[in-house]
Amino acid sequence: MAIRRGRGVAAINYPTGMNLGGDPTQALVHSTPTGNFMVTLSSVDLGQGMKQIMAQICAETIGVPTDRVIIDTADTDTGPHCMGTFASRGTHRAGNAVIQAAKEARQVMLEVAAEELEVNASDLETDGQGNILVKGAPQKSISIFDVALSAHFKRGRSISGRGMFLIPRSYPEKETGAMKPSTCYAHACTVAEVEVDDETGEVTVLTVKNVFEIGRALNPKMVEQQLVGGSWMGISHALYETTEPYYPNRDYGGTDFNQYLMPGPGDLAKTEIIVLERPSADGPFGAKGPGEMCANPQIPAVANAVFDAVGVRIDTLPITPERIMRALKAQAAG
Amino acid sequence: MAKVPVQFTLNGSEKAEFVDSGTTLLHALRDKIGDTSPKGGCHQGTCGACSVIIDGELRLSCLTLAETCNGADIRTTSGLAEAGVLHPLQRAFLDAFATQCGFCTPGMIMAAKVLLDHTANPSREEVVEALSGNICRCTGYEPIIQAVLTAARANSQNAA
Repeated sequence: MAIRRGRGVAAINYPTGMNLGGDPTQALVHSTPTGNFMVTLSSVDLGQGMKQIMAQICAETIGVPTDRVIIDTADTDTGPHCMGTFASRGTHRAGNAVIQAAKEARQVMLEVAAEELEVNASDLETDGQGNILVKGAPQKSISIFDVALSAHFKRGRSISGRGMFLIPRSYPEKETGAMKPSTCYAHACTVAEVEVDDETGEVTVLTVKNVFEIGRALNPKMVEQQLVGGSWMGISHALYETTEPYYPNRDYGGTDFNQYLMPGPGDLAKTEIIVLERPSADGPFGAKGPGEMCANPQIPAVANAVFDAVGVRIDTLPITPERIMRALKAQAAG
Repeated sequence: MAKVPVQFTLNGSEKAEFVDSGTTLLHALRDKIGDTSPKGGCHQGTCGACSVIIDGELRLSCLTLAETCNGADIRTTSGLAEAGVLHPLQRAFLDAFATQCGFCTPGMIMAAKVLLDHTANPSREEVVEALSGNICRCTGYEPIIQAVLTAARANSQNAA
């Protein structure tokens, strides 16, 4: 009887978004009279930071500071259509819709500025600080504040834009069954090191090393935050969490939070995160969906590490001490 | 049933309410007084989201009856900022990206505050122990642990 050490590796592809009946998100952008930009969405910020990312995307596209953008989300009665925040689709789908809407709004903004400055709109550029300048003659400029006032009170224009992003439904080919369930995949690889007590079946995860390929990190600190949390959640799924410990038998299933096992701050593995950026062809500024992907590879990596440690394949989650002890017993019985 | 009068100090202000006997402090704070910073996660004392400070001690407001709090000094996260300036713990949680959905955050900050009130320079193990009654779904805890350690360092530098 001993503590045995093992190492496991796993790699995954993870689709961004879904493809059941087509996957649309729409967005509307309009300026306030003082040149702030309002983005209206039905998409929901669950805490992953969608509002921040959409503000960055809109600001970057229009050419204004991020704090000039206001994001209004999550009223599906009144907002433009969104399928929702799930399937790691929020940044990719809503981001593309916001880019399209913001481009249209930017064009109107430049047209109004062109009238004010008596130049062609195509000769104008933004400085990212709230001003519109004549290319090559930056002393000739107008603030976006003044452009918005002019549009609203003088020229009767609405500085606004409509955005739409749709991944159309992909039907399987009749002969082969081949289809294109997703246009965009994120990738991850995890190496987990564990100790398994072959007397008690207890697993301790010592280290988790993750590499995530996520297209482009639009907000690197928020991406890191999500990946660190996701890696922990993957370990939690691998070893702890279930409502159905003897599925499909309901016996001994938890009935409330008191009986739902989740690791606490004392159960952390040493975690390492590396981010790779390979911009996606159809993502907003190359982004992919890292949300759910980041909590997946730890699970097979831990299962493989347990196999490496004690030679038993656990194919049902979570990998509990009981499952390991039963497998070791079966292994010993040959 | 007759209502029970309750009087206590909340973040330095006198509060008086009539509550049904058996009302939890969490319910009284959120639904009677309107301080929604303590969160109702499990209502069973398991998750720590409802943590508040009563007479200097960390308490679960979902398991505390309001009527037992007469004369108590109660502190919640909503009372931490002073004149619009965030408490060092709040600042550290923001800077460390230690909050995502935010539901556990007020409870985490209360637990961390009691720790730092008693232990100015806690070790990592002491931080983990202090937070062990609080569950977080999003962050994987590490950013929270780092935020508490950062706030402790900031406090001791200010004191020095």
